[in-house]
Amino acid sequence: MEQVFFFYFALVIAASSVLVVAMRNPIYSALSLLIMFFHVAGLYVSLHAEFLAAVQVIVYAGAILVLYLFVVMLLNLKQDDRYHRQWPVAAVIGTVLVIESIVLTLLNGGSAPAVRIEQESAAAGLGNTEALGDVLYSTYLFPFEVASLILLVAMIGAIILAKKDLGGRHA
Amino acid sequence: MTVPLSYYVALSAVVFLTGLLGVLVRRNVIIILLSVELMLNATNINFVAFSQAFHNIAGQVFVFFALTVAAAEVAVGLAIIIALHRAKSTINVDEFQMLKW
Repeated sequence: MEQVFFFYFALVIAASSVLVVAMRNPIYSALSLLIMFFHVAGLYVSLHAEFLAAVQVIVYAGAILVLYLFVVMLLNLKQDDRYHRQWPVAAVIGTVLVIESIVLTLLNGGSAPAVRIEQESAAAGLGNTEALGDVLYSTYLFPFEVASLILLVAMIGAIILAKKDLGGRHA
Repeated sequence: MTVPLSYYVALSAVVFLTGLLGVLVRRNVIIILLSVELMLNATNINFVAFSQAFHNIAGQVFVFFALTVAAAEVAVGLAIIIALHRAKSTINVDEFQMLKW
């Protein structure tokens, strides 16, 4: 049953991520990214990471994607998005990397599930959100504060960058 | 938990390579940023899968931080795109050569 869910989510995630890259219209790309975000959230639920699934939907689908759509519609793009001139090089590199990753996955695939089974007994007594908050506010307290600093810097930077009179462009 | 860990790694690799290909071949700056989001999501899938496999919650904490960084990156990146569009009235990456000597 879990395999059925995994293959459904994996298929939709892979297909919609290909669509993100392949679509000509940026709005369609953003919308297929939305589909991908929702299915990644479903994958998190099947991995028993319910809190991250909720955060994925709220932050990625709710905030980040809305920001993208806002900018795409604000800029009123013309259809000038042909592929890059160097795309044959990228295609060759991408094909090589895909083949390499498939080979590596097939070579090492047999040893991975053993780890899972031998550690199966470790108890997860608390719920997902409680366990995450427990670790986040004790062990990872300092990175948590640094993350808030990053958000502050990003906020100030975005405001300054998007201001009307960008320095050095007085023409 | 019947799905092997390698399946998650394979899915993550496919999504990551798709994002990498998008960054390399597309010329629209917004699509390039969307492809960066794809790559960040691929790493997040890996983090959560390994966190579940090893019964260690630290992987999910790192997904949390990656999400924070992704939000910051989107805010700054879109502000840069707006500034560039205001300066050159295009978002084609081939037009931006101000840093080339």
